[in-house]
Amino acid sequence: MEDILLSADPLSIDACYAAVQDPSCGGICLFVGTIRNQNKGAVVTHLEFSSYDAMALREMRRIAEAAREMHGLHAVSVHHRTGALAIGDVAVIIAVSSVHRAAAFAGCAWVIDELKKSVPIWKKEFLEDGSYWVGARP
Amino acid sequence: MIQHRVLAFAAAAEIFGGSSCAVALPAGATVADLRQRLLEDHPALGELVTFAIARNELYALPEEVLEPGDELVVIPPVSGG
Repeated sequence: MEDILLSADPLSIDACYAAVQDPSCGGICLFVGTIRNQNKGAVVTHLEFSSYDAMALREMRRIAEAAREMHGLHAVSVHHRTGALAIGDVAVIIAVSSVHRAAAFAGCAWVIDELKKSVPIWKKEFLEDGSYWVGARP
Repeated sequence: MIQHRVLAFAAAAEIFGGSSCAVALPAGATVADLRQRLLEDHPALGELVTFAIARNELYALPEEVLEPGDELVVIPPVSGG
């Protein structure tokens, strides 16, 4: 089972947990990505996400399906925020469930790594003296 | 010639000066041809670490032939998560 969400509203760890929990599973692994207050020594004041929603949802689902196949997971939940976020806000939640814990740890790490590589979502960081799209330029 | 509308997000939208641009290419033109034309029309795209082109919500291969009505999008380096 895959549970995919792109939302302008605050994300719910409980919702992701509930989406993947199952009596057949002995392990659930959660990753929560949050907005930190500095990047490369500069103070970050806040951040905005831009997203190509239709393709982002498609890519998130593809990654979740591939993770289930590769790691033998029972279920995968991938929720990502859009819009303006403040320091400490939750940007992304990955939850995966499996029969044993090793697959859950490995699958969860794989999903967030893949999401960062291919899902068309962009982060604009606002510093005290300007703003820039993260990773766009050398 | 076929008129294509190319959408852009994030750093690519700033380079376009808007959320889309129009590109006219001969029938049979490929994704690689589109990429070359975009770089000619918007040289600042070359300043990006890289950029991909999505066709109908999937990452496109250079040899794919463009069809009228394709949804074409410039994808600058992604940074979600």
